[in-house]
Amino acid sequence: MTSTGGTVSETAGAVTGTGGTVVVDGLLVVRGGNEVLPGVSCSVQPGTVTGLLGPSGCGKTTLMRAIVGVQRIAGGSVQVLGMPAGSAPLRGRVGYRSQASAVYADLTVAENLRYFAAVLHAPASDVDRALADVDLAPQANQLVGSLSGGQLARVSLASALLGAPEVLVLDEPTVGLDPVLRRDLWALFHRLADAGITIFVSSHVMDEATRCNRLFLMRTGRFLAEDTPAGLLRQTGADDIETAFLRLIDAAREREGASA
Amino acid sequence: MNPRITLATAGRVLRQLRHDPRTIGLLLVVPVVLVTLLRLVYDGKPQIFDRIGAPLLGVFPLITMFLVTSIATLRERTSGTLERLLTMPLAKLDLLLGYALAFGAFAVLQVAIATAVALGPLGLHVAGPAWLILVLAVANAVLGTALGLFVSAFAASEFQAVQFMPAVILPQLLLCGLLLPRGQMQTVLRWVSNALPLSYAIDGLTRVTSTPGVPGAVLADLGIVLGCIVAALGLGAATLRRRTA
Ligand SMILES: Nc1ncnc2c1ncn2[C@@H]1O[C@H](COP(=O)(O)OP(=O)(O)O)[C@@H](O)[C@H]1O
Ligand SMILES: [Mg+2]
Repeated sequence: MTSTGGTVSETAGAVTGTGGTVVVDGLLVVRGGNEVLPGVSCSVQPGTVTGLLGPSGCGKTTLMRAIVGVQRIAGGSVQVLGMPAGSAPLRGRVGYRSQASAVYADLTVAENLRYFAAVLHAPASDVDRALADVDLAPQANQLVGSLSGGQLARVSLASALLGAPEVLVLDEPTVGLDPVLRRDLWALFHRLADAGITIFVSSHVMDEATRCNRLFLMRTGRFLAEDTPAGLLRQTGADDIETAFLRLIDAAREREGASA
Repeated sequence: MNPRITLATAGRVLRQLRHDPRTIGLLLVVPVVLVTLLRLVYDGKPQIFDRIGAPLLGVFPLITMFLVTSIATLRERTSGTLERLLTMPLAKLDLLLGYALAFGAFAVLQVAIATAVALGPLGLHVAGPAWLILVLAVANAVLGTALGLFVSAFAASEFQAVQFMPAVILPQLLLCGLLLPRGQMQTVLRWVSNALPLSYAIDGLTRVTSTPGVPGAVLADLGIVLGCIVAALGLGAATLRRRTA
């Protein structure tokens, strides 16, 4: 830590402190022979809505899988709530909504949620609460296989809201949803964060960035920036996050070109 | 492991089945049709039907539960539900035993219907008690489920999963003693046969066919089948990884 000096991770560590609900340090992930995450570091602060933004294929899902402990990792460490990611005491304290819907198509919405609630040892009333949270109560007794894409996405999200998770890892939860619903869900995320839950949410849609307290901008397995939305605009002199992101990419490309 | 989660998992698997009446119908009706066909094929030779009827009642649940389980668990892997469950406080054994319980319970119904039809209208004669056929056949069903759970780890698609049926089950069927008594096989084949779980289930059912009461040898056969179930579930647990590439 002392000899190597100002790497990005240490700078970020200095800003955010060593604490953090999620602390990723030098995470190395190899998938299909490629270094998908070539040693990344970041930390997610408690009670915030932290966004992970980047184009599809940049490694968002891989990072989230590492945080919930289902991704095989080749190096580095991931700590969640002070414990190694995926360790037994964390199961149930970390809610995960994977990018795949991960629900049973041949069960009804309520049957799906009741099963996951039973596994989590959550009270039965959680099912109704989660259904109301994602505005899916009218579909409770419909087979999941017959839902529309947006409804399916919401069943999946509802399953992650069961029990009493302290951390929610949500992989593109608002994809394919209409604007009203998206606004409602982001309001829900902030309500949950205000109640002390840490939300780590990914998106490849830049206009969602402004709804986050903090942002990680990612490109091909690396972080381009870690800041508040306002800080990013200030740092790049851009008017919106999309422009800011493009400027950061151009700057990164120039550095790569210079070093090549 | 947690009995509450195991039972919730078994209930969930049965609930999935309940939403699929066609599969339920096939699982219950096909064994009855096949055992009836067998009776008709050996219409002039009831002694042959009597010899192989009970053993075959134990083969159907092995095949069907193997297929149903390997496809069901493959779906859990590909749909992401397995990954979600493994982030939750669910032990691998909760999942494996949940499946074994659910399909074992369903097999009780499947075997009871086929056995009742065989012993009643089709006039199958066995010396031993009918409930012993049920016990051995249900053990076979659970063995099928346990093997299905294990091999699904090696299947990346439904196409591959169904190919494991001829690969894993048919050799056992060829060598279990139904075609040729195991005592008459070449030495090497007999050794192989001795190492395959279905051989003991069929030995047991053959003994029930010819011997009244509950011979100790049948209980020994049953014990071996149960041991194979435990071993297959253990292998299934070993191939179920929380972390994947
Ligand atoms: N199972 C896998 N095997 C090999 N490569 C994979 C696998 N899953 C994802 N990848 C690759 O890893 C990279 C990052 O993928 P991912 O984390 O899913 O990105 P994102 O979620 O940002 O779209 C991509 O290049 C993708 O092709
Ligand atoms: Mg993704």
